[in-house]
Amino acid sequence: MAKVLMKGNEAIGEGAVRAGCRYFFGYPITPQSELPHYLAKRLPEVGGVYLQSESETAAINMVYGAAGAGARVMTSSSGPGISLMQEGISYLAGAELPCVIVNMIRGGPGLGNIAPAQSDYFQATRGGGHGDYRVIVLAPASVQEIIDLMRLAFDLADRYRNPVMVAGDGILGQMMEPVELGEEEDVQIPPRPWAATGRMGGEKKLINSLYIVPEELEQHNLKLARKYALIASKEQRWEEYRLDGARLVLVAFGTVARICKAVVDRCREEGLAVGLIRPITLWPYPQKAFEPLMGKVDSFLVVEMSLGQMVEDVRLAVNGRHPVHFYGRCGGMLPVAADVVQEVKKLYGGEGN
Amino acid sequence: MKKVFTRPRSLKDIPTHYCPGCTHGIVHRLVAEVIDELEIFDRTIGVAPVGCSVFAYNYFDCDMFQASHGRAPAVATGIKRVLPDRVVFTYQGDGDLAAIGTGEIVHAAARGEKFTVIFINNAIYAMTGGQMAPTTLLGQKTTTTPYGRDKDINGYPVKISEMLSVLDGTAYVARVSVHDPAHVIKARKAIKRAFEVQLAGLGFSLVEVLSACPTNWGLSPAEALKWLAENMIPYYPLGEYKKPAEVG
Ligand SMILES: Cc1ncc(C[n+]2csc(CCOP(=O)(O)OP(=O)(O)O)c2C)c(N)n1
Ligand code: SF4
Ligand SMILES: [Mg+2]
Repeated sequence: MAKVLMKGNEAIGEGAVRAGCRYFFGYPITPQSELPHYLAKRLPEVGGVYLQSESETAAINMVYGAAGAGARVMTSSSGPGISLMQEGISYLAGAELPCVIVNMIRGGPGLGNIAPAQSDYFQATRGGGHGDYRVIVLAPASVQEIIDLMRLAFDLADRYRNPVMVAGDGILGQMMEPVELGEEEDVQIPPRPWAATGRMGGEKKLINSLYIVPEELEQHNLKLARKYALIASKEQRWEEYRLDGARLVLVAFGTVARICKAVVDRCREEGLAVGLIRPITLWPYPQKAFEPLMGKVDSFLVVEMSLGQMVEDVRLAVNGRHPVHFYGRCGGMLPVAADVVQEVKKLYGGEGN
Repeated sequence: MKKVFTRPRSLKDIPTHYCPGCTHGIVHRLVAEVIDELEIFDRTIGVAPVGCSVFAYNYFDCDMFQASHGRAPAVATGIKRVLPDRVVFTYQGDGDLAAIGTGEIVHAAARGEKFTVIFINNAIYAMTGGQMAPTTLLGQKTTTTPYGRDKDINGYPVKISEMLSVLDGTAYVARVSVHDPAHVIKARKAIKRAFEVQLAGLGFSLVEVLSACPTNWGLSPAEALKWLAENMIPYYPLGEYKKPAEVG
């Protein structure tokens, strides 16, 4: 099939529709606006509902209602709006409802700015709201990958009855790239015997996250923990780039990983054995990617658009066996390939490696 | 022999946690009777709030959701948009609906969402220990207004029925009371109308029920009903604030 040119934000919308999502609730915020614009047109065409809510708080609770009623549903926002959604995401996780939440990350804290950033990594990968819970986090790095990951996002949400976050940034959202959409499938949404759709002659169903008796909440928490452990063992995803014989390994996700690929190429041209690990799942973190490299490389350099958040996960994965360095830009500034190359040269073969 | 008084099908046969003299139980029963009478039990979905009535999800025997504090109207919006042919209701206290959830109730009403809201105005935050609610009367003593609610500090009580009835999206808004049998019968009629308005697809419907909380008011059950009649009704006049021509 022919390729079509699409913006990242539009690809999220089209990917969601092709994944069988028919409901979107959201509140406007830059830099994700092309997504609601796209879905406001597209969802009515396929018999779905696009509804602009009065706030992100309302949006995530509409998602809770729609998900509990058995729908494939999503919402989308950026930094400040995602912060407002955290209570609702905690309820969704507690009630084990599947849904997809898009965060096109912008600069923070506070109102920050609308430029691209990755500084919501902690919020995304550590649960974000109150209580012991996890959200599956996917980080696409191209418009094509957005299309592929949207389907995966809804499938994982259903498989594990858990919220899934798709984390991008303003560059990815605005970027136009040719994509292969493939045949439009007639998506079969898995049955949802737990959904509260009215009894219609059947058993009573309840969508709930309240367990007032401590023994019961502990059992519920342990059940969630077993689910998270299963996800961590089965769903780690990453891309490896030119890791053959690498002495120094870059680690970066999303837009920054694309810059780092250019860095790797330049370094290799200059004879430096540099490679890249690009996490695709930010939670579960792809720890498995690091195991085969232990004892074979000198060091790691984590590059992020933040003051250093994912670097903590790399340190956990490496567990003191190799030095883990960090280079970052923040506030909406992008790491420049030449600067990263400089950083690599400083570290490569140097002391403390 | 003909049975003239039984438990409604829509309520579970279990004891509630409500205090003696609490009127939450009466309102549960009225809602359940209406659901039975309209024969909509099998396609009704309820949304319970955070507040003393949080366990309403255990007491109503239809499918239920538990919503975060104040967000029941957003949750109900999500449900009803996915399942437009189901009957959806929320059951919310005055802290839930008229303070933390003001945004959600106003916009659900403005959008004309086709679900029914049962709004329990007991002039107090009961569950958390009797703090001032947005509906607490001027001069009323609560655990956070120990000298009585003062307009210069806390402003004025919020009149939800009056406020929502001016929105074009609302189809039915009524304020009722359950402090004596005659008013309980009127309350039942209003609740029935609200569900009928939803069934007819006419828009948003809400019934505000003036309700007693003897425990946090520090009164006996009988005194609490008397206090309600003498103090709440003058400030919160009863009546139908909005009704469509279609329902008499
Ligand atoms: C976000 C959040 N804030 C505060 C609370 C604590 N809280 C629980 S119930 C309640 C007040 C409930 O009062 P109301 O809605 O009037 O119901 P009532 O108990 O009087 O029936 C509060 C403040 C909470 N659960 N969640
Ligand atoms: S505290 Fe008040 S509202 Fe709560 S159950 Fe007791 S009487 Fe009812
Ligand atoms: Mg109250």
